[in-house]
Amino acid sequence: MNAQQQPTGSAYFITRETESAERHTLSVLVDNEPGVLARVIGLFSGRGYNIDSLTVSETEHDAHLSRITIVTRGTPQVLYQIHSQLERIVPVHRVVDLTVVAKDLGHEKPLERELAMVKVRGAGDDRVEALRLADAFRAQVIDANKDHFIFEITGRVSKIEQFIAIMQPLGLVEVCRTGVAAMNRGPEAM
Amino acid sequence: MTDEKAGTDEGANRMTGAEMVVRALVDNGVQHVFGYPGGAVLPIYDELFQQEEVEHILVRHEQGAGHAAEGYARSTGKAGVMLVTSGPGATNAVTALQDALMDSIPLVCISGQVPTTLIGSDAFQECDTVGITRPCTKHNWLVKNADDLPRIIHEAFRIATTGRPGPVVVDIPKDVQFAEGTYAPPSPVFEQKSYHPRTKGDGDQIRRAVELLANAERPVIYAGGGVINAGPRGSERLRELAALGGIPVTSTLMALGAYPASGENWLGMLGMHGTYEANMTMHGCDVMLCLGARFDDRITGRLDAFSPGSKKIHVDIDPSSINKTVRVDVPIIGDCASVLDDMVRLWRAGPGERGRTDVGPWWEKIDGWRARKSLAYKPNRDVIMPQYALERLHAATKDRDTYITTEVGQHQMWAAQFYGFEKPNRWMTSGGLGTMGYGLPAALGVQIAHRDSLVIDIAGDASVLMTMQEMSAAVQHEAPIKIFIMNNQYMGMVRQWQQLLHGNRLSHSYNESIPDFVKLAEAFGGVGIRAEKPDELDDAIAEMLAVDKPVLFDCRVANLANCFPMIPSGRAHNEMLLPDEASEQAIEQAIEADNRSLV
Repeated sequence: MNAQQQPTGSAYFITRETESAERHTLSVLVDNEPGVLARVIGLFSGRGYNIDSLTVSETEHDAHLSRITIVTRGTPQVLYQIHSQLERIVPVHRVVDLTVVAKDLGHEKPLERELAMVKVRGAGDDRVEALRLADAFRAQVIDANKDHFIFEITGRVSKIEQFIAIMQPLGLVEVCRTGVAAMNRGPEAM
Repeated sequence: MTDEKAGTDEGANRMTGAEMVVRALVDNGVQHVFGYPGGAVLPIYDELFQQEEVEHILVRHEQGAGHAAEGYARSTGKAGVMLVTSGPGATNAVTALQDALMDSIPLVCISGQVPTTLIGSDAFQECDTVGITRPCTKHNWLVKNADDLPRIIHEAFRIATTGRPGPVVVDIPKDVQFAEGTYAPPSPVFEQKSYHPRTKGDGDQIRRAVELLANAERPVIYAGGGVINAGPRGSERLRELAALGGIPVTSTLMALGAYPASGENWLGMLGMHGTYEANMTMHGCDVMLCLGARFDDRITGRLDAFSPGSKKIHVDIDPSSINKTVRVDVPIIGDCASVLDDMVRLWRAGPGERGRTDVGPWWEKIDGWRARKSLAYKPNRDVIMPQYALERLHAATKDRDTYITTEVGQHQMWAAQFYGFEKPNRWMTSGGLGTMGYGLPAALGVQIAHRDSLVIDIAGDASVLMTMQEMSAAVQHEAPIKIFIMNNQYMGMVRQWQQLLHGNRLSHSYNESIPDFVKLAEAFGGVGIRAEKPDELDDAIAEMLAVDKPVLFDCRVANLANCFPMIPSGRAHNEMLLPDEASEQAIEQAIEADNRSLV
C-alpha cells in the first residue's frame, strides 16, 4: 500500500556525470575593488565548482585592474559554465580560458609557474643532502643558520611537488606556495 | 558665502547623501518606493518626508516590501524600489532579493548601514549586508563616500534593468547619508567599463535559426520569462512568428501571457504540471525554438530523455543560460525582442507567409493530444473543486483590466492551468525560488502601480499566512487587492508529494488551526467573504469584485484534490501522469490519512 510510485524518491532529477573532468587555467581580469575576490570565490563555492589554485594581484595600477589566475577542474560543459558565470560578475572585465587558447595556439598548455618557500631543519648528512638537492632543483637559499634552510623554488607545479616530496624525509617543517601564475606563449596579450 | 554662490550649479548640487538618494530616485524615474524605516535609514526617511515626487508605501515587513516592488516591476516593466534599514531590515529583504534574482526581476534595494566608523564592530543592528546579499543580487555596493552615491545609484538602476534584469543592493552607512557631497544627474554615457550586455543577436545564427524553423516539419516555440522582460515588442513578435510559421507555442510559468491563451497556436504551459499536448509536442518536435527560457528542471523532466529528436535553438540574453543543462544546436545571445524582430523580418523575406513545409500533419497529431483533455477534472455539486473556482474567477474577471498574482503551491499551478492570460505583464508569480507568501505583497505592489485595475492574488491558505500582515499595508494605502484564498486546509503541494513519494505519510502538511479568514479580514479593516458551495461561488465572486477595499475571500475548496497532469520525478515528457489515470488512487490514499489527522 505504501509502495513508492517514484523510482528516485526525490523531487529533483538527479543525473550522473558521464564526461570526464579536465584541468583548466583561467585568467580573470577584474576591477580591483573591495569584495571582488569574494564574488569570484563565492561563485565557485556557491555553484559547487572546484578551485585547485588561485592567485590574485593588481597588475595594472593606473586602471586598478587585478588579474586572478584560477586553476579549476570540470567537464567541458562545467568549464564553459564557469567561464560564462564569471563573465556575469559586474566588475569582471575579461575571462580567458588559457588552456583553450594554448590548444588553439598548438601548445599542450599555457606557461604556468609557481613559487614556493620551503623550510628544512636538520643536521649532518641530511643537511648536506638537502642543500645538494636544492642545488639540483635550482632552489635558492634565502635564509639559513646552522640547523635550518629556507629555500625559494620557482617552476612548474610538478617540479615544486617533487621538491617538497624529496625534502620530506630530510627535515621539512614548513611550506608556503603562491599558487599558479600563468600566461600563454607568443607575442599576443590575453 | 559669496564664493559658494559664485558657482550656482555647484551650489545647487551640494547636498547630503540622504538628499542625493531621493534626488537620484527621482532622476531615475522612480515614483513609488516600498519600505520600512529604522535607525540606519532615518536621514533618507527625513528627506522623503519633505518632498512629494516619490511616494513611499509603508509595508509591515521588509520581505513584503521586496515582493511588492517585484510585483510593481513585473507589471510595469520598470525597476521596483525598496528601502530598508540595516541588520534585520536587510536580512528580511534577502528572500525577495533571491526571488528577484531567480525570476530576473529588476529590483533596486537601498539599505541603511551603521556608520562607517562602526562597521565591523558588531554594532546594534549591524550585519554584513553586502556579504549576505552578494550571492542573491546581480551586483551590490557599500557606499563609503557621499560623492560616490549618485554614480552608484545610477549604476544600480542601469544594472538592475539592463541585460538579464535582476536585483541590486546599495548599502549606505548612516554617516554617508548625513555627509555632504556633490550630486551629478545620470549621464547618458555610461562609465562602467566591465559590463556590456549584448542585445543584438548574431546575424548568421539568426539566419540558421530561421532556416531550421522554416524547414521544420514538427516545430515548437518554447517561450520563457525573457520574452516578457524584452517588453511588449517581444510578445508581439512572438505572436507574429507563430502565425507566420503555423508554429505551436508553449511557455513556462514565467511567460504566461506572452502568447494569448485564446490564440489558436497555444498549447498551454509545459513542464511538470503543464498540459499533455505541450509536453508531447516538446517531446516529439524536430525543431525547438527556446526564447528566453532556461531549461529549468521543472520544465525538462528527465534530461537524457528531453526532446530527444530535436534541433534546438536557444535565444537568451545571458550567455551562461546557454548550454547550462541542455545542449543546443543554434545558440543566439541577445534580447528576445531584438532577435525576434530579425527573425520575423528574415522569415518574411525568405520562407514567406507559409514557411517551406506543411505543418498540417503535425497539428493533426497535436490535436490528438489535445483531445486527451489533460486538464479535465471531476465536477462536484457539493464541494467547490479548485479548478472550478478558477474557471469561475476567470469568467468573472477576464473582460476586466485584471492582474493576477499567486502564492506558491497547488493553487499556483491551477491558476497557471486554468486562468487564461491574454497579455504580458498580467501574471506575477514566484517561479524560480517558489516563495510562499509572494502573492499578497506582490498584489499590493501591482495595485500601487495600477490604481484603477483589478488585482487578484490567487492564494493558498498556507502561503497567504506567511505575509498576511501586508493586508494592513493594503488597507492603509487604500489598495483594494482581492485575495482569493483556495482554502483546502493543507499545504496541498507538500501533501501531494508526500502522497506520491513518502507513502502517504502526511508529515506536518496539515494546518491544524487556520484562522477564520472572514474575521481576519475584518480585523485588518478589510472585507471578508466566504464561499463553501459551488452554487454560492458566482455571487460571492461578484460581491468581491464590487467591494472597493482589500478582500480576503475564503474559498473552501475540496480538501484533497491534487494537481494533475504531472510529470513524476525521474520521468520524461511523454510519461505524464494524467488526472484520470492517477488521481483516484492518490485521493483514496489521502482520505485514510485525513481520517487519521482529523479529530
